[in-house]
Amino acid sequence: MVKRSYNQTPIKAQDPEVRSHNFNEVVLGYSLDEGRLEASRCLQCKNHPCMLHCPVMIDIPGFIKKIEDGDMDGARKIIAKYSNLGAICGRVCPQEKQCEMACTLGRSKKFEPVAIGKLERLVSDWDLDNPEPVKVIPHDKGRVAVVGSGPSGLTVAGDLAVKGYEVTVFEALSTPGGVLIYGIPEFRLPKATVKKEIDRIRDLGVKIETDVVIGKTITMSELVDDFDACYVGVGAGAPHFMSIPGTNLMGVYSSSEYLTRINLMHSYKFPTYDTPIEPAKQVVVIGGGNVAMDSARSAMRLGAENVSVIYRRSLEELPARIEEYHHSVEEGIQYHWLTNPVAYLGDENGQLTGVKCIKMELGEPDESGRRRPVPIAGSEFIIPATTAIEAIGQGANRVMLDTYPDLKTNKWGYVDANEETCATSVPGVFAGGDIVTGAATVILAMGAGKIAAKEIDEYITNKTAKKTSHSA
Amino acid sequence: MFKVTAYERLTTNEYQLWIDAPRIAARAKPGQFVIIRMDETGERIPLTICETNPKDGQIRIIFQVIGKSTAELAEFKTGSELLDVVGPLGTPTAIKNYGTVLLVGGGVGIAALYPTVKGLKQAGNRVITVLGAKSKDILILRDECAKYSDELILMTDDGSIGRKGLVTEAMEDVFNREQIDQAWAVGPGIMMRFCTQVATKHDVPVYVSLNPIMIDGTGMCGCCRVTVDNHIRFACVDGPEFLGAGVDWDSFMQRMRQYRVQEKQAFEQYEQLRQVQ
Ligand SMILES: Cc1cc2nc3c(=O)[nH]c(=O)nc-3n(C[C@H](O)[C@H](O)[C@H](O)COP(=O)(O)OP(=O)(O)OC[C@H]3O[C@@H](n4cnc5c(N)ncnc54)[C@H](O)[C@@H]3O)c2cc1C
Ligand SMILES: Cc1cc2nc3c(=O)[nH]c(=O)nc-3n(C[C@H](O)[C@H](O)[C@H](O)COP(=O)(O)OP(=O)(O)OC[C@H]3O[C@@H](n4cnc5c(N)ncnc54)[C@H](O)[C@@H]3O)c2cc1C
Ligand code: SF4
Ligand code: FES
Repeated sequence: MVKRSYNQTPIKAQDPEVRSHNFNEVVLGYSLDEGRLEASRCLQCKNHPCMLHCPVMIDIPGFIKKIEDGDMDGARKIIAKYSNLGAICGRVCPQEKQCEMACTLGRSKKFEPVAIGKLERLVSDWDLDNPEPVKVIPHDKGRVAVVGSGPSGLTVAGDLAVKGYEVTVFEALSTPGGVLIYGIPEFRLPKATVKKEIDRIRDLGVKIETDVVIGKTITMSELVDDFDACYVGVGAGAPHFMSIPGTNLMGVYSSSEYLTRINLMHSYKFPTYDTPIEPAKQVVVIGGGNVAMDSARSAMRLGAENVSVIYRRSLEELPARIEEYHHSVEEGIQYHWLTNPVAYLGDENGQLTGVKCIKMELGEPDESGRRRPVPIAGSEFIIPATTAIEAIGQGANRVMLDTYPDLKTNKWGYVDANEETCATSVPGVFAGGDIVTGAATVILAMGAGKIAAKEIDEYITNKTAKKTSHSA
Repeated sequence: MFKVTAYERLTTNEYQLWIDAPRIAARAKPGQFVIIRMDETGERIPLTICETNPKDGQIRIIFQVIGKSTAELAEFKTGSELLDVVGPLGTPTAIKNYGTVLLVGGGVGIAALYPTVKGLKQAGNRVITVLGAKSKDILILRDECAKYSDELILMTDDGSIGRKGLVTEAMEDVFNREQIDQAWAVGPGIMMRFCTQVATKHDVPVYVSLNPIMIDGTGMCGCCRVTVDNHIRFACVDGPEFLGAGVDWDSFMQRMRQYRVQEKQAFEQYEQLRQVQ
């Protein structure tokens, strides 16, 4: 056996100089040979800690072994048992906080963990390029409506179609995919990949109806009456604003708007596409999550002279994926740690000219255990800016909830659902993903979808059984 | 795909379409709007649902050509298909019996006001309607508004029909003459702002219909935010109607100009292309 290398097999990526001016994918993926090499680093641990730290418990050593053996078909079959969206998860899951964090190899001195995410991506991309013929089975077990076509809704839909249900997904926007389409940028998650994954779910016989806002175009009660069960996966994308002075100045965006313009509406190709976006010059992004990174890196690609991220805590607390942070630094994005905005400044035409900030220091720990940032009196300073993007978190998408009060929500405005069964206050209505947990991750949304599909199957099977026994 | 079933040029610059959209037609209420995207490269433009025919599954929209997208929409003749039509969006007008109501519409805003005129009349109100335009030939929906109004006052800039003058002058007259329980003003920002001033002076609450730039229309981007009573509200879900007295008009009108440069560029390019063809 060859000696294991300490480091992960290097992966091809676009050069930072080049990629910060285009929207093409940054990380280019392993070749089959590189994948086999990386797979051979795996220790095939009996206790498989990686798997235990995967929210959907993918048999990680199992598929890695298949890669090592050069059996890509075997590898894809293993992943398919646990995930419908491998090409997406392989790219966007926070592996460093999940499987790769727990990896035995990575926990030993000097070694980096196995590049599990990149291997998953390799298998799933191969799978998309070498599709298996789909077996469309009769959909005669019942009819299910899914509200929202994000990763959660798509997972429920795919799983139930495979189990023999007729599934219709209703999506408010023109294109299905939820955040995968309108939020996460092309350079991290190519839309062609998302489309391929969605086409596959369509091939299973799932019907996706776009331009339908549940609560407006069709009411939730109508769905409850028309279908045997419903799944609510409407997400949590409604932007919060800090509401500091100057929020309505031109040049101030929510990250949701900024990214929607770019991703869903392709404003980076204006005027070929009709939706405009302000030219990026001096850009300030507020926040420290994935959404902030995506906004900053998108602004860079629109040709900004400079982009800075201001975050009220420090690097250690940064919630973004660490890979994305490193990428952003390579691309020239600057950071102001322990800084908070207090006002937007504008000129007489209402155009943003700067962000007035204040320095913070970390004080006593708060309820979350993190040290609470407190402002340092007299430390105000101004960062010149023509664009400011607030990426400080999102709340529940309310359009459907506001028109369907039967569905109980919690004090944060999210749907009150049992996390183990996805059941809600309305029998036959299940819910999961961001609308239950608040803004979280693709894999958690998908995991909820898996559970819900199982529960919905049971619910409808029991209902049907009861009906038949009554009529007998 | 959504088929255009009837097309009509109403004035030099205003057009009317009937669109096949059964689900929207079945549910739309006065004050609600649709968002249309014509084709894959198109932007999402909000337009008020002016009327519905639920039996045939049709909705009617009226729009004014002011830029690239509306110019392009004016090319969608009978039989052509729109890629996306989504709705009915927004919170409907609070239709009920107020007593005597005053409705003021200006320019293409009359198209957005008309369903409210009709709805309020059908709810039993005494309806006084004031319509304003530059001149007679561009004053739309005159007869239809007349049908649902107890009194119709027309105001034109050039006096070619009705009285010469601004809609606010007619409002003053009505307020001085009788008790109005609730008012509405729909039209250009500047008009709604002045209508709010007049109504407020006479202690009459007035609803205005705000038309900021929008994208999704479902409360998910915050592009349509307006400040009302010192709070940020999203016009696409919380509105488009708000009580005018609480609106921060300066920032509302400023934000409408955000993409002036790009809009001009797109329109010029479109016009050039059309000339070549
Ligand atoms: C910019 C950004 C970057 C991110 N990066 C990462 C990352 O790197 N890794 C990661 O794991 N996670 C990331 N996330 C989080 C992740 O995308 C979400 O947790 C996940 O998409 C949630 O999935 P969902 O299915 O619950 O909802 P969503 O993806 O939000 O989908 C909900 C869908 O429902 C639709 N909808 C809403 N209301 C209605 C209605 N009334 N009728 C019909 N349809 C409706 C919406 O239009 C939307 O399409 C990121 C999020 C953002 C915004
Ligand atoms: C709720 C609502 C209802 C509306 N109803 C009607 C109607 O019934 N009839 C009608 O003629 N017009 C209506 N409008 C306005 C209409 O949407 C705009 O005139 C149209 O989008 C302009 O597009 P354009 O490309 O032709 O012009 P552009 O050159 O792009 O813009 C001209 C001006 O229109 C406004 N505008 C531009 N893009 C948008 C957008 N995406 N959303 C909203 N406004 C925009 C801006 O103020 C801009 O300066 C409504 C707007 C809203 C928000
Ligand atoms: S923990 Fe790491 S080394 Fe062990 S099986 Fe999982 S991936 Fe392989
Ligand atoms: S248009 Fe996006 S929130 Fe209103």
